[in-house]
Amino acid sequence: MSDSPIILKVEGLSKYFGGIKAIDNVDIDIRQGEIVALIGPNGAGKTTFFNCLTGIYTPTAGDIYLSDPRNGKTTRLNGKKPNKITEIGMARTFQNIRLFPTMSVLENVMIGRHCRTKALIFGAVFRNKATRIEETQIIERSYELLKKIGLHRQVNEEARNLSYGAQRRLEIGRALATDPFLLLLDEPAAGMNPKETEALVALIREICAEGHSILLIEHDMKLVMSLSDRIFVMDYGKKIAQGTPEEVRENPAVIKAYLGEDVDA
Amino acid sequence: MFPVKELKRSALTSLWFAFLTFPIMVVKVDPIERVVSWRWDNMFFIAFGSFVFSILAKVFIIQKERRASKKKQKTISEPLVQRIVREPRFLYPLALACFIFGISFPFLFSTYQTNIMTTALMYVVLGLGLNIVVGVAGLLDLGYVAFYAVGAYSYALLNYNFDMGFWTVLPIGGLLAALLGIILGFPVLRLRGDYLAIVTLGFGEIIRLVLENWNDFSQGPSGIANIPRPSFFGMDMTFAGGITYIYYIILVLVVLTIFVVNRLQNSRLGRAWLALREDEIACEAMGIDKTKTKLIAFSLGAFWAGFVGVIFAAKTTFVNPASFTFLESAIILSIVVLGGMGSIIGVVIGALILILLPEYLRALSEYRMLAFGAILVVMMVFKPGGIISNVRRNYKFKGLSVVEGKNNE
Repeated sequence: MSDSPIILKVEGLSKYFGGIKAIDNVDIDIRQGEIVALIGPNGAGKTTFFNCLTGIYTPTAGDIYLSDPRNGKTTRLNGKKPNKITEIGMARTFQNIRLFPTMSVLENVMIGRHCRTKALIFGAVFRNKATRIEETQIIERSYELLKKIGLHRQVNEEARNLSYGAQRRLEIGRALATDPFLLLLDEPAAGMNPKETEALVALIREICAEGHSILLIEHDMKLVMSLSDRIFVMDYGKKIAQGTPEEVRENPAVIKAYLGEDVDA
Repeated sequence: MFPVKELKRSALTSLWFAFLTFPIMVVKVDPIERVVSWRWDNMFFIAFGSFVFSILAKVFIIQKERRASKKKQKTISEPLVQRIVREPRFLYPLALACFIFGISFPFLFSTYQTNIMTTALMYVVLGLGLNIVVGVAGLLDLGYVAFYAVGAYSYALLNYNFDMGFWTVLPIGGLLAALLGIILGFPVLRLRGDYLAIVTLGFGEIIRLVLENWNDFSQGPSGIANIPRPSFFGMDMTFAGGITYIYYIILVLVVLTIFVVNRLQNSRLGRAWLALREDEIACEAMGIDKTKTKLIAFSLGAFWAGFVGVIFAAKTTFVNPASFTFLESAIILSIVVLGGMGSIIGVVIGALILILLPEYLRALSEYRMLAFGAILVVMMVFKPGGIISNVRRNYKFKGLSVVEGKNNE
């Protein structure tokens, strides 16, 4: 893994809300094809970190560079709009599920295809050949993705009627529809039962094997330890450790952050 | 059958109402004669009226709950109207029948009726235009009438100053309104929900006040008169003929609008609008350009209003700012909400009901606003989705290829 190119490089990223340092000088890098986990206690700044990467927040300081392994182009993401960042090739899911509740399952995924297609008013009204072909491609690609995440039997169901686990999978499917090379998953296993989690692990492995790199926030340690190539640990907005699952497990700073000071010491 | 507890509650409600309305309904001070008259009979009517109303409302709610619990036991069955809308073999003959009725209308009914129908159809187009903005894209626009005014005044002024004809101005009016929609949209569309509503409301009033006060430009409150009706290849027409002609113009426009709006809703753009209504942040994260998509919705909505504005000026042959008050915006918004947000057939039915009913209930015209309020409240309680709520498109798959994609309308 260590020889594959770096696709995401974050240098000295900070985000302050007034006097609160939600993220303080964090460096992270992700290589092509890796599954990287970002862990830390509640309130450590993990989701804020995601929001900075995806353009929902503007960072106070630091640089974010994203390079597309497909053409080697590197872009600085600071100050870019969320939709531009998705267009470059980084898609995300949300911690508190953000599907389009009254749209059908298929339509949710079709929205993901939006940034890869072009038809506007003219195409919509006159439905010329190019638009019709594009529309068919959107539908077929979305259906393929639904098959992959196992929701193809519920294409016409409204998204809000899906079970919790299915909604989380649909979010992943929708993010995949934007053709990302880096996928950010914010607590994908939250609220899932053990069986659903198992299926999720298999799904994430499959996505990774297809050439997508993955950065995930997760609290389920079993999932994190079994899945990730490398782990970054954050606490109080600072990066306190990084390394392979084994290294992080033994790291005294991590144990302290999760379990508190040793009383006997 | 009807619980005593509810009777007691209704009685209390009516007493409370009688008490609340006491100062305005019972006491009447005559400052000239220096006497106070006590109209106790009013108090009785109010108490009795509110008692009956509250019982009726309760009965409806109980019935609705019963139906809802029954529905849970059985499988959820689609309402009849929804099924008709979904099935093409019902929908197409129905649409054809409506169209034939629409075409033969001027031959079946008097000029007066045709004139009323023309007005109703104008509101159908206005409703469908606003439906793009409010119903589909979820941007609450309370100043929609401003674009209507722009359309009307562009015909009036371009004709008055440059002697331009109806057919030339028709597209110009639409484009001017759309342009104004974009100009207004740029600063405003960062706002959401209530804030957007307030700003658009203000914008609507600004346009009206400018038209009212800028005498050199728009001739102020006295308005512009003697606007010519549309010409038919330079032929002169009788008064009745002219009305029938405008009726057909607006009928064609209605068909065109339904066609265009339906196609827009079932397109990449329409999906983006719906997604924008549901969740803006998720939308952006999925790569949808929020500003661009909103601007397109705003300007397309304005475009139809501009169209209808031109026709309005040609129909009444007179425009003044009094025609473009907030009340108009409120009526158009009521049409969209009553008909069903995002549903084309719903909006058409909503427009016909809201415009034709007051015309045929002339006697009640003073209580129009009261009736609006009452209808909307009742609607929101019993059918929050509108008369016909929007039906999602249904896709069928066999293997990997698309077999059939049914339109929703």
